[in-house]
Amino acid sequence: MQEITTPNTHHAPAAHPSVIHKMPRVHYLNANYGWRSWLFTVDHKRIGILYLVSITFYFVLGGIYATLIRLELATPQGDLLKAETYNKFFTQHGIIMVFFFLIPSIPAVLGNFLIPIMIGARDVAFPKLNLASWYIFNLGGFFMLYAVINGGVDTGWTFYTPYSSQFALGNVAPAALGIFIAGFSSILTGLNFIVTIHAMRAPGMTWFRLPLFVWALYATAIIQILGTPVIAITLAAVGLERLLHLGIFDPAYGGDPVLFQHLFWFYSHPAVYIMVLPAMGVVSELVANMTRKRIFGYTFVAFASIAIAVFGFMVWGHHMFVSGQGMYAGMIFSFLSFALSIPSAIKVFNWTATLYKGSISYDTPMLYAFGFVGLFTIGGLTGLFLAAMGLDVHVTDTYFVIAHFHYIMVGGALMAYLGGLHFWWPKLAGRMYPEGWGRLSALIVFVGFNLTFFPQFLLGYAGMPRRYHAYPEEYQVLNVMSSAGASILAVGLAFPIIYLIWSMRYGPVASANPWGAIGLEWTTSSPPPTENFDHSPVVTWEAYGFRPLEESEVVGQMTPDDRPA
Amino acid sequence: MSAEVIGNHRVNHPDGHDRAESALAHHFENLEQQREAGTLGMWVFLVTEIMFFGGLFMAYIVYRTWYPAAFAEASHHLDVRLGGVNTVVLIVSSLTMALAVYSIQVGARRSTMIYLALTLALGLVFLGIKFIEYKHKFEDGLIPGAGFKFEGPYYADAQMFFTLYFTMTGLHALHMIIGVGILLVLIALVWRGKFSPEYHAPVELSGLYWHFVDIIWMFLFPLLYLVGTHLS
Repeated sequence: MQEITTPNTHHAPAAHPSVIHKMPRVHYLNANYGWRSWLFTVDHKRIGILYLVSITFYFVLGGIYATLIRLELATPQGDLLKAETYNKFFTQHGIIMVFFFLIPSIPAVLGNFLIPIMIGARDVAFPKLNLASWYIFNLGGFFMLYAVINGGVDTGWTFYTPYSSQFALGNVAPAALGIFIAGFSSILTGLNFIVTIHAMRAPGMTWFRLPLFVWALYATAIIQILGTPVIAITLAAVGLERLLHLGIFDPAYGGDPVLFQHLFWFYSHPAVYIMVLPAMGVVSELVANMTRKRIFGYTFVAFASIAIAVFGFMVWGHHMFVSGQGMYAGMIFSFLSFALSIPSAIKVFNWTATLYKGSISYDTPMLYAFGFVGLFTIGGLTGLFLAAMGLDVHVTDTYFVIAHFHYIMVGGALMAYLGGLHFWWPKLAGRMYPEGWGRLSALIVFVGFNLTFFPQFLLGYAGMPRRYHAYPEEYQVLNVMSSAGASILAVGLAFPIIYLIWSMRYGPVASANPWGAIGLEWTTSSPPPTENFDHSPVVTWEAYGFRPLEESEVVGQMTPDDRPA
Repeated sequence: MSAEVIGNHRVNHPDGHDRAESALAHHFENLEQQREAGTLGMWVFLVTEIMFFGGLFMAYIVYRTWYPAAFAEASHHLDVRLGGVNTVVLIVSSLTMALAVYSIQVGARRSTMIYLALTLALGLVFLGIKFIEYKHKFEDGLIPGAGFKFEGPYYADAQMFFTLYFTMTGLHALHMIIGVGILLVLIALVWRGKFSPEYHAPVELSGLYWHFVDIIWMFLFPLLYLVGTHLS
């Protein structure tokens, strides 16, 4: 297999100017050239890059809306934006960030790139379907952008009926159509992953030798295939109601608008796990590889992913405690929501237990992993506040909710996405990112994020409702803090975009395994060849089977393990 | 692939093995793995389809529980005979589809063609009958919306029944139309001799899809057409 040039570059991967690595002569990036070779590619790695480009575009767009929202909220008066414009901006921020950035982020970029390599396959099971999913995603994005350009949508990303179906002024149908279409790209990605993980594993790659990232994306795929069709048909029904007056949620026909909420959250609550389960998978990889220890309680972490996927479908009613849902239904949903915190807690405890006596690296990916664990814990615990029926009544539709889910989605999913992107960047681009800038950005993101969203917990608890462009003066101090934090966060997020692009050309060439990590993706060259491996790998070692550092310096990191497992 | 086991059929298809080899995509180790992946993929796809229809079935359950009398009353406006005929048509089409899959497995290309054509014809008969039914509803003013005509106390709730009727059968008909398209492609491929006993996964998987669409109808028919007889 691949020759390991530097068995131990663990502590300062990019800072060894004495060691010059060579890129392989032919790899997936230079195997062929021209726009056709990208737009008609069926290589899962290139499709991952295509997704990376698309979602970065949507991320920047959604970020611009966020900036304008925070600018408006810096003063109590509604002076920058009109109320109607503000409504459109927070709606579009939500739609873009949820459906066009977070949901595809880790699965479609890192998942597409890594899963076949991690399991030792040449590609995903259905490469053409994989490419089709990217086109479908962009077609959905086209309709969503059409809705935005054509005057915007103002329903909130939740599209609650009857406002969305009967009263909202326009563009609900194209926006819903965009999400409907983009949903199928998510379904196809999930379908591809399930089949790939079942049918394409290399000889010896048993289920319990799989990296935990693969387990997490398998669990995610379950949600993608079971949940996404439901929101598709639900939004289709809203569209039909607007266009053809077939009102399934129309009270004039005896319809129930609350049924929409049930169907919407049946997907959209599990959708949170579409965002955060892959993030957990990334963090499992980072924690294990950056502490050089097998993850504590591998099977528990693996099954916790599956448990979250399954039980995530049973808690949607906690979004509807004040929507006229029955009290007993509310109690059951509340109880189940509390129960769902158990598998999440298992993961958090197992990550922290893994740190114990590990040789911890403080490189950029690990900084993001630390950030994830802390912020996800805060986001998760405040989630329990919201799952308690009594307290939820007090903070429903306030900034407390906003802060909570941003801690999960930004503090959790986005941090892990960035951590993963840095960790696998040498594999993806064949070059290292600048470590100093990486650490600095991670720090800025962490500080900026907390300054942005922690004050919002306090605002929400003090009663500031969400979705208004003006507010009483007493809330100004905390809002200014939040807006200031947002500007810091924006700087921290702009840095990686710049230096990652810079590093594609000027970064030091990465070795096959710059982290001294364990996993099949580190046994092939950086960047990998089009078919991933020169020879189909045969797996004879357990996941995360690290050798002691001294030993690995002698025998090499990834020499297949001849020790008894 | 063992040529001995399938030796009988190689007589009909001297180049069957080569075709099978060329059908192996680059990223699979062997045809067995490719077939396994395809089959699992199709089943997973059908699961997503169940969830897709599931949202509408959920709406049906809720509203039927709330308005049983209105649903019974409205159901009487559907033509049980035409619906019943269509049910039989689809069951028979499932049989012919299954026979087509069997035929290609044993390498009988001619009978595969015949059975696929029969399935196609039955699918078109179903869609034709469905069109006639829709036309009757249109003439009777049973289209939900401003022009909806329904006598009796259940004016509003009967609209919900017909909303669900049109959405659910419409979505089903859309799947039938896609199925007809798939059959046309299959017939062309069989005609050009693309399949053999070694490689016929597309026929098998299309068969799965066709049966799934039939099964959806097996649920729609009693829920929409027979609910009146049951409830009143």
